[in-house]
This record gives sequence, C-alpha cells and structure tokens, in this order.
Amino acid sequence: MEAAAHAASQTDAEPRTYLNHETSLWEWLTTKDHKKIGIMYLISLAVVFLVAGLLAMAVRLELMSPDFSIMSASQYNQTFTMHGIMMVFLFIVPSIPAILGNFVLPLQIGAKDVAFPRLNLASWYVYMAGGVLTVTALLVGELSTGWTFYTPYSSQQGTAVIFMTGAIFVSGFASIFTGLNFIVTIHKMRAPGMTWNRLPLFVWGLYATSIVQVLATPVVGITMLLLILEQTLQIGIFDPALGGDPILFQHFFWFYSHPAVYIMILPAFGILSELIATFSRQRIFGYRAIALSSVAIAMLGFLVWGHHMFVSGQSAISSIVFSLITYLIGIPSGIKIFNWIATMYKGSVWLQTPMLYALSFLFLFTIGGLTGIMVGVLGVDVHLHDTYFVVGHFHYVMMGGSVIALLGGMHYWWPKITGRMYNETLGKIAAGLVFVGFNVTFFTQLVLGSQGMPRRYYEYVDRFAELHMISTIGSFILASGLFLVLGYALHSLFYGKKAPQNPWAAATLEWTNVAAIPDPHNFTSTPLVTRGPYDFHKADEVFGGSGDGQARGDGAGSDASRLTPPEAAPSAPKEDASA
Amino acid sequence: MNDSGTFWLPEAASTVAAEVDGLFYFVYWASAIIFVGVVAAMIYLAYKYRRRDPNDRPEPVEESRLLEISWIVVPTILVLLVFTWGFQTFVTLQTAPPNAYEIQGQAYSYGWNFEYPEGAQTTDELYLPADRPVQIRLSSREGDVLHSFFLPQFRVKQDVLPNRYTSVWFEATEPGTYELFCTEYCGVGHSQMLGEVNVLPADEFDEWVAEAGINEDDLSLVELGELQYQRNGCQGCHSLDGSAMAGPTFQGLYESERAFADAGSVEADDNYLRESIIEPDAKVVEGYGSGIMPSFAHLSERDVTALVEFIKEQE
Repeated sequence: MEAAAHAASQTDAEPRTYLNHETSLWEWLTTKDHKKIGIMYLISLAVVFLVAGLLAMAVRLELMSPDFSIMSASQYNQTFTMHGIMMVFLFIVPSIPAILGNFVLPLQIGAKDVAFPRLNLASWYVYMAGGVLTVTALLVGELSTGWTFYTPYSSQQGTAVIFMTGAIFVSGFASIFTGLNFIVTIHKMRAPGMTWNRLPLFVWGLYATSIVQVLATPVVGITMLLLILEQTLQIGIFDPALGGDPILFQHFFWFYSHPAVYIMILPAFGILSELIATFSRQRIFGYRAIALSSVAIAMLGFLVWGHHMFVSGQSAISSIVFSLITYLIGIPSGIKIFNWIATMYKGSVWLQTPMLYALSFLFLFTIGGLTGIMVGVLGVDVHLHDTYFVVGHFHYVMMGGSVIALLGGMHYWWPKITGRMYNETLGKIAAGLVFVGFNVTFFTQLVLGSQGMPRRYYEYVDRFAELHMISTIGSFILASGLFLVLGYALHSLFYGKKAPQNPWAAATLEWTNVAAIPDPHNFTSTPLVTRGPYDFHKADEVFGGSGDGQARGDGAGSDASRLTPPEAAPSAPKEDASA
Repeated sequence: MNDSGTFWLPEAASTVAAEVDGLFYFVYWASAIIFVGVVAAMIYLAYKYRRRDPNDRPEPVEESRLLEISWIVVPTILVLLVFTWGFQTFVTLQTAPPNAYEIQGQAYSYGWNFEYPEGAQTTDELYLPADRPVQIRLSSREGDVLHSFFLPQFRVKQDVLPNRYTSVWFEATEPGTYELFCTEYCGVGHSQMLGEVNVLPADEFDEWVAEAGINEDDLSLVELGELQYQRNGCQGCHSLDGSAMAGPTFQGLYESERAFADAGSVEADDNYLRESIIEPDAKVVEGYGSGIMPSFAHLSERDVTALVEFIKEQE
C-alpha cells in the first residue's frame, strides 16, 4: 500500500488518479473506493499466500526422502493442516473475487463503485478479524486436524480447533458480503447499453461465484458453529462419544466445501475468457455457452458433495447418484475448454505473459478435469480415495486452475492497478518456471497416489522414495518461479515503465474508457455501451484509433509502439448519467 | 512382494483388481487421447494464428452449431459409459458373496487387530487364504477416531468408524505379502498405522488358523502383558530398548524417579504405572505433551495388571 502510494506521489504533475488521491494511511483504512479495497485485499492475501506457500515447502522438504527429517510427526501434521486451511479458506476462496473482482468489476460494467461501498470495506475488516482469530488459534494450542476437521478427531483436539473454526465462521461473512455486493452491483449498476449479453465473461464468472458464495457459505458457518457448540456444551452432534455421527459432519462439511471448489474456479474461468479473447483478438467462441455454463455449474455444484464420501460408509445408492451428477457437471467444464481453444481459430494470438498463463491453465486444468473424471468413477475411486492421486488432482484444479488464472489476471490488470508495466522477459521466464515446476511437483503425485501412497503421511515405505524426491525438486522450481514474480512485481512498482491506458488493445471498458491509472471515480463520464465486450471484428468502429501518436504497448516488443487500441465507447447522454 | 505392477498401478493381487485396473486404463487412455488432442489443437492454433502485426484485424468466426453439439454429445456419451462401468465395479465391490469367510477387524490409534472365527487373534498382521472370498467386518475402538482400511494391491478401501460396522470383501489370488495402510488421517501415528497382509495357500492357512488360536487364560501375566502391549499399540510410542519415541521408553521405567512438567516428581511404583495407563494425563513426564495418549480404562483388570507386570520386567 505504501509502495503504491509512493509510486503515485511521483506523478503529482499528472491528473488526479485513485492512487494520488486521499493517500494517508487513515484514508486508505477508511476508504470506500472499490479499487483501494481490492489493493488492501491483495496485500493481505499475498501475505497469506506467502506463509501458506512456505508451509507447503516445509511439507515437501520433510517428504524429500524417507530418512531425511526437519520436524516431528506432530509438527508435520500442524504444518500441512495450516497449509490447507490458509490456502483454501483464507487465500483461494477470497482471492479472485476480493482482489480482481473488487478492482475490475465496477470498471468493466461502467459503474462508479460497487452497490454497497461500506459493506465492501466491512468485508475486508471481517476478513482481517478472521486472520486475527487464526493467529490466536496458533497461539493457544496445536492445530493438527487437517483442513477438513473430520470428527471425532477434531473433537478431541481442544481450544485451537474452536478458534480456528471461529476464524472460518467469521471470514465466511467476508465472502458473503462480497457475493451479495457483486450480485446487486451487476443487477443494478450496469452502464446504459451494458445488456446481459454484453457483459464481459469475467463479470458472468463473478456473478455465478457470488450466487454460490451467498448460498453455500452459511452452511460452513453453521457447521463450524455446531462444532463449537458440541465442544463447549458437550451436545452430541458429530462426536460418537457423545452420541453424534461423524458421517453427518462429512455431509455438512462437503455440502459447503464442494461448492467452494466452484467459488474458486468460476472466477478463474472468467479471467480466462478475458485473456483468451484479448490476446487472440477474437470474439469468444460460444459466449452464451460459456456464460450460462458457469451458472449451470454453480447450481449443479450443490448436488455433488457426496462424491467425497464413496468409502465413508454412506449408502451405496447415495454414492451412485452422486457419481452420476458429478459427471453431468464435468460436461460444462469441458465445453468451456473447447470454446476457449476454438476462440484462437483465425485469431491473432499474442503470446504475452498473461496469455502464457492462460495456455498453462488450459493444459493444467484439462489434467485437473480428466483426473476428476477418474476419481469420479465409483469403482476406481475406491482405490484412489485419500491417496496422493486426490492430492495431485485437486492441486491441478485449485493451483493449476485458480492460482494460475489469478497470476494471469494479475499480470493482465497489473498496468491498470499500478500504472506500471512489469518486465515482460522476466514474466515469461517465471511463467515457464511455474509451469514446469508445477507439473514436476504434482504429476508425480498422481503416480504416487495410484501406486497407493496415502495422504497426510509423515513417513512412507521405501517404494515411494524416488517419486517423492522428484516431487520435492519440482516444488523448488515452482517456488523459484513464484519468488521471481514477487521480485519483478515489487521492482515494477518503483521502476516499472509507465503503462499506457490500453497496453493490450483490449476492448472492455476498463481499458477503453478508464485512464491509465483510474480516476478515483473511475469514469469521467458514464460510457454508453454499443457493442459486445469482444467485438474486435467490428474493425472500422473499434480500430478507428485516436491517432494521438502516444507510444503504446509495454515496450518489450519493438513493434508494440505501433499498436492501436480500440477507441473508447461514447459517453452516455447526460440525463442517463445523472439517473 | 514382487514388483510386477505397472507405471500407474501396483501389483494386482485380488479378483476385483483386474476389473478395477481395466476400468482405470480405459479412462486413462480415453483421457490421454482427449488431452493430447486439446494440447495439440492449442499449440497448433497458437502457432498458426500467431500475431504477425500489432494491428492485425482478424475476421470474425461464425459459431458452428454442429461443432458445439458434437463436443457436448460425444463427452456425454463417454462419461455415461464410464459411469455405468464404474457403477458395475462398485456393485461388485459392495456385494460380498454369501459364502465369504468372515474376519473381524478392529482399528485403534495406531494399529489393527484381527480376530478369526477359529479364535486366532493377530495385531498388524492379517492372514488370508488364497482363492477364497473373505469379508472383513470393521469397526474402530470405542472413543477412538476414524481410520480407513486400504489394501493397495487388492484395490479395496473402506473407512472404519467408532460407532458402526462397515465391511469390505475381496478374494486374494496370489500367495505373498502385501501392504495394509491407514488412509483416514488419525493423528501423530497415522503414517505408522501399517499392517502386513500374508496370503497363504488354502491348506497352509487352515494349518495356521488352527494353531494360532490363543487362550488368554492359559498365559502368564507377563506373557499376557506382552500380548496387550502389542495389541493396544503401546509399541507405537513406548520402546523397550530405551530409544525415545512419542512417549517414554519402558526400559528401566519401574522404580525410577519421574520428574513432571509441573515440577513435581515421584517414584514409578505399581500404582503410578496403573494410573498412567488408566488416566495418562494425571502426571505427564517432563518433555512429553499431554493429551497425546488415550486412556485405556476399558481394559479388564487382569489386562491392566498384566501390562504393569510386563513393564516391570523391562529392566
């Protein structure tokens, strides 16, 4: 935050931007500007990602070889538990909506802000309260339940569990606030002419996500509350020692935690549509199919939770029904992949860093999806359940999907957020390291799992040693890529080239109608939307160009200066703007 | 165990394994073909339509209904095929033949007890007859947590719960030694909750099961104590050779001076040992955590006495 403010102070001579306007710490902490709240979330989440990532490195280091050890079994259990909890509940679930959704959504629909700016600020504070409770949980005791909190093990673990479940309960409200805000914003704050069929697909992704956030998050809140009540009042709900049922807990837990997977992946789908369309300069293939399949996934996502429980002891009939619905939800995801690839057909594909992440996503998420089909097969899941195959599968979806899309999105919108370009060469190198490191780390885990290596093992039998070693080496490559991203991002804040208004020649409003660094109120005049978000093909209208001779592009390619971005959408008539 | 597995799957040693493996490889190859197709198309298009000029103005592409319908219909048919096949295998896995040989299995933190109809009892070792369907009825000890019974070479897995029975069945095909893993996270000893599966030819198994039946009443207290030491998983945390594990070693424990975390100390006499078995957190020796060892109050009076006598023997 300070860094960003510092960068902005050097541009005093230039027009008012959201970064040089109201720059004191107090003004940041009380801001109702969706862009600043997005940045506050970005900083908080970056810290969580760093800590949770270092925990993952500790886990990989411990597992490097059967004889090598850096910690005790109890410490190992706490390490993977905190890695999982922080990554899932405190990082990936809020990440894309809270950072990029907050920053980009109002800009993309031509709005001044979200519908409830105070609620938006409250969501950040609630999230931070969840963070404080998490730290408290670590201080009051050991937390070694795994991120799934399965009873009765979690019932026997004491006060740390109560604080941690309290943290998840509280930070859930941050999700609900954001979701509620986005739904109302998308319904009520669109600029004139921004019809549902002209919504950028990132907005559609956020819309579907918000529905899931608002409907599913209360369930995890209730579950966590029941866990706390059971432990403090000794009422039997989930703990068999008190007369409760552990399988009931699993139903409750997955009823939220499966839809949570869609909270993580739907906004990533949205980012991907933006990247593929812009860097292929082609109308997205099957716009309507992509938009509606997101909503279909959001709805069906509530009906498949039981596929986590094929060997739990739930009835065979339930398992069979859940398996069938699981396949139905796989199909819309497949359709999206095909549509994105078809979008490149007869396009003009520009392999800048964000596009490299988009192509990585297609590669990795396809593996994530296909391994999902594998674990959805009833007879095969019995063998694969709770092995490293599942660990590999969900990392391909959550990291190979959500986190890679987030990285792509961060690179794509970085110029708009900071007003600076990053180093394109380093960006491409880092994208390569992340891609290679990720596959070396997690593909080996797929093999480990199908060979029978169980999850959450501190020690393992010798026949798994070789693959564990390769996986650990991969994790070092992956980490080096991510640290490189951190390095050049920080460098860019201070020394990066000033970004033009539309370095990628994108056609959505945040690029065509918003200054290089956005105005505190986003638009100088309310835009009137006259075409779809990816209508690059309407060449005469879109590529008219302002011809102001200003150098554009990021300067990495020598021909980037000749790039002419789409022209701005016209202003709406004054009476519309005041309405 | 010989290493005759494939790149993806370990050796197959049960009748159902062949079926599961066939299905695994069908999904695998179908996935591999789709994946290669997707990646090839991606690379081809990204190269063929690479940007040649920053001001390229590509022609719009008309969406093709036929294409879109085909990539909805073909995957749907494929997944329904896979679902049906997986469903049939699952039904096979769930339906034990009526003539299956029944073994009782009990999981605890951290180990496995098995009891055979003829009276034999084993800990962390499962003996099985080859070529004969076996059903194992599983439960977790009262007050214990969830575990999961996983035989990778047999392709079967079943969660084990403290408040109900679950069961798993299979038919071993090859005599040999195989792995038993716990796959439901259960605490510090989770990765040590391993067992050994010994598949014997039918006649050898019959011999073994006839000899292995032990009458506990015939054992001396120390012998019974050793049996209980293994059966209750004490060896997971308490060594007999002086080496440090999650709990204090039993070697030289009796009549030694015990210093506690709260600064008191006491000599380890019979009553101290008894208390530590029944109420482990009453006195915690310095350097060890409380809340780690479960109570063994459910043991019979003779079993507790036998354990105390056994510990006294470890000089």
